[in-house]
Amino acid sequence: MSLISRGFQRRREVEASPDRVPPGQYVTNDFPVLSAGPTPRISAEEWRFRVTSERGEETTWTWEEFSALPAEAVKVDIHCVTKWSKLDTDWRGVSVDTILKGVGSSAAFATAHSYGGYTTNLPVVDLTGGKAWIAFQYGGQPLAPEHGGPARLLVPHLYFWKSAKWIHRLELRDSDRPGFWESLGYHGYGDPWKEQRYAGD
Amino acid sequence: MERTALRGRLTWLEAEVVQLVQETARVKTIVFRVPGWTGHLPGQHVDIRLTAEDGYQAQRSYSIANANNNEHVALTVEAVENGEVSPYLVDELVAGDRIELRGPIGGYFVWEPSLGGPLQLIAGGSGLVPLMAMIRSQMSYASPVRTNLVASARSWEELIYRDELEKLSRERDDFDVVYTLTRSQPHGWNGYGRRIDKDLLAASTFAVEEAPLIFVCGPTGFVETAAAIMLELGHQPGGIKTERFGPSGG
Amino acid sequence: MNSDTHLDGNSIGSLLQDLFGREMTDQRACCDACGAINPLATARVYVDAPGHVVRCAICGTVVLVAVTVPTGVRISFQALRWVELAP
Ligand SMILES: Cc1cc2nc3c(=O)[nH]c(=O)nc-3n(C[C@H](O)[C@H](O)[C@H](O)COP(=O)(O)OP(=O)(O)OC[C@H]3O[C@@H](n4cnc5c(N)ncnc54)[C@H](O)[C@@H]3O)c2cc1C
Ligand SMILES: [Zn+2]
Repeated sequence: MSLISRGFQRRREVEASPDRVPPGQYVTNDFPVLSAGPTPRISAEEWRFRVTSERGEETTWTWEEFSALPAEAVKVDIHCVTKWSKLDTDWRGVSVDTILKGVGSSAAFATAHSYGGYTTNLPVVDLTGGKAWIAFQYGGQPLAPEHGGPARLLVPHLYFWKSAKWIHRLELRDSDRPGFWESLGYHGYGDPWKEQRYAGD
Repeated sequence: MERTALRGRLTWLEAEVVQLVQETARVKTIVFRVPGWTGHLPGQHVDIRLTAEDGYQAQRSYSIANANNNEHVALTVEAVENGEVSPYLVDELVAGDRIELRGPIGGYFVWEPSLGGPLQLIAGGSGLVPLMAMIRSQMSYASPVRTNLVASARSWEELIYRDELEKLSRERDDFDVVYTLTRSQPHGWNGYGRRIDKDLLAASTFAVEEAPLIFVCGPTGFVETAAAIMLELGHQPGGIKTERFGPSGG
Repeated sequence: MNSDTHLDGNSIGSLLQDLFGREMTDQRACCDACGAINPLATARVYVDAPGHVVRCAICGTVVLVAVTVPTGVRISFQALRWVELAP
């Protein structure tokens, strides 16, 4: 048994209704920066985004080509496994549906690879159907490197570690393969409403 | 028996607040009495653990500020804005309160008499805490090594331990301190008034020929800058020891 | 804004002590990616991620990761060629 520290409380900043916030989360106005490594600084010139299909075919976009794709505004709530949630965040990004349109693939799984080496895995059905974006603006501004700029994956219905910052490649696969945190014990899917934080949750 | 009591493991100890000292507007020194404390070396730190009513726990590291003194452990804590733990320690704790801590921790960022000197200390903000333990300890030894401290703070008001440092530098030939106040300086200030740079450290630290032992501590950005400059000035990488406290506060 | 948010190996002193049963921050370790040999205290430690990510200070490779899961603290040795225990 641990000694209770008189008057000590978990930080809680904003009250929000329980139907809006998944169990175990608290709402913050900040946008905490969570990083597992140094922040990559990638210029628009050197930036590339690739999709590789399960058959090894590769499609590459330069920043210019990516910027020419139709983008949309997205207002969503985001939920981090470290227990903060942030409501009504404003993004602009290219839907993953748009990205995958020209890519012939029937793969069921994907691994997102980031500049800096981070990886995370997701089912393709969670990336399609208007549920995920490659986001390049936040709050009307170009996405800052700290928050994953030039561009990051945005999959708001899953815990935020799935929304890989500094996305570089989307690898479409026939089989699922755990990413960085998933291979260490974090949940393979990560639904915040079911509190799927750890494998087995 | 608790598993953590196995040999070499650190156990959580109950620490009782026995004294609180206001160092600056946002910094307090909190002296704990820790039954079972086995003593410490200057430069070491402790982990503290707070537990809320609902079972939520938070854990942080704090350097030990005092020289080894029986069961007494002094921590000097800066209340970080919106911090979860530091404002609690600074604003909530009163004498008689108890929290959990474990330690002493660390064997790298420590100074022992056998290491000799001279001792070059470079502190940014609350990074002064473990270096102060080195100063306090070795000033009590029979033959202290020559010690030079460069202390960077935002302002004179925000400089911790300033009376003690002033007194030591007046009274001791073997101790020198150089201040730099990065945001505001008192009227008539003739010390440095800028962030550390190569000229500042070249002019105010031991020369390479003296082969000082160098300890650098503070916010991460400060430590990276100071360590890089000392390397540039020609000091050996193995002679520069660093400890990073995290994001920049000062 | 600065992105210098990492700590160093001093901050995982207690974790290493739990793991090895002795003080470890002054012990040398070899990075399997670049071969650099340095005291564990000099490693870069990123703690604001869902776990502690320890990287080689020279090449940035992830050498150790510690995550707290419901059953305990999991330590993953990702790229440590060796760790030395000096007498
Ligand atoms: C080995 C070691 C020794 C340390 N010794 C001391 C010491 O002697 N005295 C001391 O006051 N602190 C010390 N620290 C820092 C301390 O552990 C905490 O990080 C600090 O008190 C902030 O904790 P918090 O819970 O209040 O803030 P958190 O809730 O963790 O953070 C709140 C906000 O403050 C920012 N922040 C976090 N840490 C700092 C910081 N150090 N400075 C400025 N902003 C920050 C965060 O980015 C965040 O935005 C030490 C750290 C280490 C690793
Ligand atoms: Zn390396």
